[in-house]
Amino acid sequence: MSVLIFVETAEGKAKSSSLEAVAYGAKVAEMLGTSATALVLGDAQDLEGLGGYGANKVLHVADSRLNAGVIQAYGNVIAQAVEKENAQVLVVAKSALADTVAARVAGKLKAGLASNVVALPDLSNGFVVRRSIYTGKAFANTAVTSDKKILAIKKNIYTVTVTDAKASVESFNANLSDADFGVSITSTEKATGTVSLPEANLVVSGGRGLKGPENWGVIEDLAKALGAATGCSKPVSDLHWRPHHEHVGQTGVKVSPNLYIAVGISGAIQHLAGVNSSKCIVVINSDPEAPFFQAADYGIVGDAFQILPKLIEAAKAKL
Amino acid sequence: MKILVCITHVPDTTTKIKFTNGDTQLDANGVQFIAGPYDDYALSRAIELKEQFGASLTVLNVGTAETEPTIRKALALGADDAIRIDAEPTDAYFVAEQIAHICKQNNYDLILMGRESIDFNGGQVHGIVGEMLGVPSLSPIMKLDLEGNVAKMAREIEGGKEYLEAKLPLVLGCQEPIAEWKIPNMRGIMSARTKPLQVITPANPQELTKSVRFELPPAKGACKMIPADQADTLIDLLKNEAKVL
Ligand SMILES: Cc1cc2nc3c(=O)[nH]c(=O)nc-3n(C[C@H](O)[C@H](O)[C@H](O)COP(=O)(O)OP(=O)(O)OC[C@H]3O[C@@H](n4cnc5c(N)ncnc54)[C@H](O)[C@@H]3O)c2cc1C
Ligand SMILES: Nc1ncnc2c1ncn2[C@@H]1O[C@H](COP(=O)(O)O)[C@@H](O)[C@H]1O
Repeated sequence: MSVLIFVETAEGKAKSSSLEAVAYGAKVAEMLGTSATALVLGDAQDLEGLGGYGANKVLHVADSRLNAGVIQAYGNVIAQAVEKENAQVLVVAKSALADTVAARVAGKLKAGLASNVVALPDLSNGFVVRRSIYTGKAFANTAVTSDKKILAIKKNIYTVTVTDAKASVESFNANLSDADFGVSITSTEKATGTVSLPEANLVVSGGRGLKGPENWGVIEDLAKALGAATGCSKPVSDLHWRPHHEHVGQTGVKVSPNLYIAVGISGAIQHLAGVNSSKCIVVINSDPEAPFFQAADYGIVGDAFQILPKLIEAAKAKL
Repeated sequence: MKILVCITHVPDTTTKIKFTNGDTQLDANGVQFIAGPYDDYALSRAIELKEQFGASLTVLNVGTAETEPTIRKALALGADDAIRIDAEPTDAYFVAEQIAHICKQNNYDLILMGRESIDFNGGQVHGIVGEMLGVPSLSPIMKLDLEGNVAKMAREIEGGKEYLEAKLPLVLGCQEPIAEWKIPNMRGIMSARTKPLQVITPANPQELTKSVRFELPPAKGACKMIPADQADTLIDLLKNEAKVL
């Protein structure tokens, strides 16, 4: 028996949400009285270091075809690793890739999959997890009744403590056929040098109140001063002021950072759905009646173009 | 070409969620139900492809009789016929098994779904169906074009997108901007009443997860207002009081 954690990498480095998943998985393993194995696919660095997050062992599939996120191949390899390790629980950090891959593993192994998990499982009466539903508007306590269980955890739900422990690394040759690579990735377009929105701990987001793409400098400057990622509301991406992958909300990216700063966003329920699991929300809006203030921890009523320069200056001076 | 679009029947995005029956059930009182917004993107693109290539277009829902208005609306938008698997959609595995069962009998070239349902937000059903059928499943797909039996797609990845090519059949989870949402016209609404809607009993029903109790998040505390002329103090508060910087 064991707990297996799928570690998603970006340019060969474990994503921070995956490191959280390793720590979470290690805790689940401890609760079940078993060991934690981290699974890494493709070329990757610092595998032993995953020991610091609680992994006892790292399984590494060093097949460079897996450097890109090929959904079917990933599903197949992870299912094989679950069998090899006789894993009872598979943990993944929720992402556009991991969700789809976890679903394939669930189909292959007939494993119950709980998504958007926000807490450790309750083992006092079966195996019950708490998960976020209705796009953050509610929670469900869900019993996973199958033998094999898969948990897709939300970001920022488990406190990670890092030690200097090292994990042992074992290479694993999974069986892959051409059929697993039937989908070809012809090219990729990716913003570089900026903080990735779903992974970010701090987010500065702008809405239609900013009036036009030419005014985004203040959002970017504040984000830069804080080390934050930038986001936007749906109309902003619909109007092509900002790229689609920055659109936050019900139909966009769901974020759960420590801090979400919303500037010139009214706070429509569909926008709130994407941000309601943020730890702290700051709202800057010229309209004191803007509904977003009801979901905020800190609010400033005023013109964004006067307030943001002051914040940028203060952030530069004090951080 | 044969296209299947799988749609959910879910509370409107503006719904204030409440529970009833000892927090074991959604309180549907006053709730307006719709097809999921992502399902609408899938359906909208399917309608465009049908117009372009003369495909047949079937919509499918796993749900009880209450979902029929949502199915009829999809027929009004342009689907040719519909299938309803008459069951409470208890979990993703159960739903996927029903969909896969229908797919095995019908050889669809394209099976389009939403990237995720907006009730349980699992984003699972397309992946499980893909695995059950042994065909690729891809999500979230934001662009889809067909050239013969090859699909050319864009998929959203963190911080950007990747362009993909694959042979049909495929299972895809869709999101914007794959197509613009469509509005039914009068002729569509009239013809939807007579389009075939087949009701089928579920095959091999089994679930692997079960929600035992629902909860609402704790109420949010009051918002601390900072005067605009003291905006710079926000940084101190975030650092020393909220401790998020
Ligand atoms: C099915 C569905 C799904 C949706 N999904 C999403 C989603 O995922 N994400 C999303 O964001 N929306 C979504 N929407 C749209 C949503 O309903 C709102 O229309 C949208 O969020 C509004 O964007 P906004 O706040 O930027 O613009 P507006 O509502 O126009 O608000 C602009 C705000 O800026 C303020 N403002 C103006 N000037 C200034 C200034 N100088 N300084 C400071 N403040 C100023 C105004 O007071 C106002 O509050 C969805 C809608 C539907 C129907
Ligand atoms: N009960 C259902 N009936 C038909 N299709 C469904 C059902 N549940 C989910 N789907 C499809 O699967 C997609 C993903 O759903 P989910 O995995 O529940 O997030 C949805 O957008 C639908 O296209």
